[in-house]
Amino acid sequence: MSDGTYLGMPAFPVAAAEAVGDARLRGNLRHATHTIRDKRARAVAELPDWPELRAAGAAVKDRTLRHLDHYLERLERAVTAAGGHVHWAADAAEANRIVTALVLATGEREVVKVKSMVTQEIGLNAALAEAGIRADETDLAELIVQLGDDLPSHILVPAIHRNRGEIRDIFRDRMADRGRPAPEGLTDDPADLAEAARLHLRRKFLDAKVGVSGANFMVAETGTMVVVESEGNGRMCLTLPETLISVVGIEKVVPTWRDLEIFLQLLPRSSTAERMNPYTSMWTGTTDEDGPRAFHLVLLDNGRSDALADTVGRQALRCIRCSACLNVCPVYERAGGHAYGSAYPGPIGAILTPQLRGVTSELDASLPYASSLCGACYEVCPVAIDIPEVLVHLRERVVRGGEVTVRGTRTVIRPAGGHAAERAAMRAARWVFDHPGVLRAGQRLAARTRRLAPRRRLPGPGRAWTDTRDLPPVPAEPFRDWWRRSRGEGSGR
Amino acid sequence: MRVALFITCVNDALYPRTGRAVVALLERLGVRVEFPMDQSCCGQPQYNTGYRHETEPLVRRFARAFAGYDHVVTPSGSCAAMVRDNYPRIGARAAAEGRGGGLAGAVAAVAPRTLELTEFLVDVLGVTDVGASYPHTVTYHPTCHGLRALGLGDRPRRLLRAVRGLELVDLPGAEECCGFGGTFAVKNAAVSAAMGADKARHIIGTGAAAVCTVDNSCQTHIGGTLSRLGSTVRPVHLAEILASTEKEPW
Repeated sequence: MSDGTYLGMPAFPVAAAEAVGDARLRGNLRHATHTIRDKRARAVAELPDWPELRAAGAAVKDRTLRHLDHYLERLERAVTAAGGHVHWAADAAEANRIVTALVLATGEREVVKVKSMVTQEIGLNAALAEAGIRADETDLAELIVQLGDDLPSHILVPAIHRNRGEIRDIFRDRMADRGRPAPEGLTDDPADLAEAARLHLRRKFLDAKVGVSGANFMVAETGTMVVVESEGNGRMCLTLPETLISVVGIEKVVPTWRDLEIFLQLLPRSSTAERMNPYTSMWTGTTDEDGPRAFHLVLLDNGRSDALADTVGRQALRCIRCSACLNVCPVYERAGGHAYGSAYPGPIGAILTPQLRGVTSELDASLPYASSLCGACYEVCPVAIDIPEVLVHLRERVVRGGEVTVRGTRTVIRPAGGHAAERAAMRAARWVFDHPGVLRAGQRLAARTRRLAPRRRLPGPGRAWTDTRDLPPVPAEPFRDWWRRSRGEGSGR
Repeated sequence: MRVALFITCVNDALYPRTGRAVVALLERLGVRVEFPMDQSCCGQPQYNTGYRHETEPLVRRFARAFAGYDHVVTPSGSCAAMVRDNYPRIGARAAAEGRGGGLAGAVAAVAPRTLELTEFLVDVLGVTDVGASYPHTVTYHPTCHGLRALGLGDRPRRLLRAVRGLELVDLPGAEECCGFGGTFAVKNAAVSAAMGADKARHIIGTGAAAVCTVDNSCQTHIGGTLSRLGSTVRPVHLAEILASTEKEPW
């Protein structure tokens, strides 16, 4: 599964329940997310104008998305003028075909990769493998994931579910399969592990003729690509190969360098809790005598235009993939990233995946419910995506269906299956609550029979509650009866 | 000043003591509180589960029941946030979809005047010392919607610190969700229970006799988890602590 995909994974509650039972996974996740979350809070607190920066980031993204066609065409002209080639991909399959053809045309059968979310989204490594092309991940965590036949479980820290002992084992057992083996007697000391990765990767950097990347931002006015990373591995892949292919989601464009300035402040503090990002690589087309001879930009839609057509859901396209929402999310901390079944785990994944892939599969339809709506994600989001609002909006899409845009066409979808009983219950509850007489009768009945009410075991779906939680006792008298008895009918209306 | 009590469906049916405490407290502070009998549920269970259309009649009922009051006071951060944050959204969406017949207008009149109890006490009445006495060790769990949607800040703690005899102890990880989340508690029961167990562990670790919140729905989850774990820590709504006096312990 080293070039694996997320297809065919179980619905969120099933996968999450399994993860909850894995004590080691929970320990790894708890330690890692709490460490990053605390560091982020300190880094953000240093800036007195953080709320203004956040508002500016959201405003720039919203304005750009409103005129996305304009900025993308401007970007295409600038990239082309600087010697690059621009390709447009409507979906994952088209992007994979384009990249595969570009690699095959170079005559090479190996590529090195910069850490990239979008190539995980489209399953590029698997598509390249089918064409006989080997893609080597060079980001340390992506390398761990790839060697371990695993899938990323975090946007920023793809191997967050692994501890150093597990990483040592993976390096020791698997490095030889993909190149230079791990040194003899490898320990689980972080410096030792980093050195092993360095030695393993160095040969690949020097030999690579083709590099594949994503990009964090694209500046429309000059056609400049921006990759933000911490290790320097990305810069090796962006500068050493002869051919560079960048696959980038269309929402990554920003109009000008002045706009970029905002995000280069928001992103490092929100993601790695750094004041300034360690390696920020920027390139514009190709440059004589320096860097790759050929540059290809593959602009990917893959559901983004459809999300853009949704007035509530479109704010998800502001996302700059910082992963702050993952690190504060109590559900992510316990469920782990794999339960979300896509390259985008955590709260942002729960609103992005059902928009990019739709809600037809059981897994995708379960994602909007993977939240207690506690709002911690919205609070830390550097571009102010109201994730709870979008979650509730997508829940409506699941239970009610209705008008959505699919590949550019307005379509009416049917409600997802499995909600008939819930829908009936919600409608019944609504009717009771809208008929206070019925409500009172029900409350009185409950009060009269309260000694029969179970505290520790409910039948049917209620068992999901009473398996771990007792129920409160039913009081002898509802509040409104007490009011009427003690104050009389006339003291309210 | 005409003040209406919005009791919420959970308090009405399961926690009438909290409602009686709010009435006792407000009357002690000289506020005459009315209880419109037409009130019902705010519709949050429906709305948060994706049933926005089913919520609309309850929004309309709320706007009608509470029209004309200067303040609508409720002992629930979550229900206050539903009214203040989501009612305007529901009204706007209904209008945009060509339904709703004035729903947005009715909501605009009542939503901003709906206050969670501590907001009413601190912001409108301007009191933090309400003359209460509660000689117990208490830890406070800030429930999510009060904390983040309403921005209650330190209002509840300021009120608690002014209570005679009350020792307030810090709750580790206080701002983490207890795992209730309405239908989340049954739809994702495993994760919800794990969150609840962690919350209960922190609460028990404080050594407090009682855990206080401003939301009895979250309290149902916290209390149910504590009780299942065999803990004797008592869940108690803030209103019941504030209603308690030396002469008449609640």
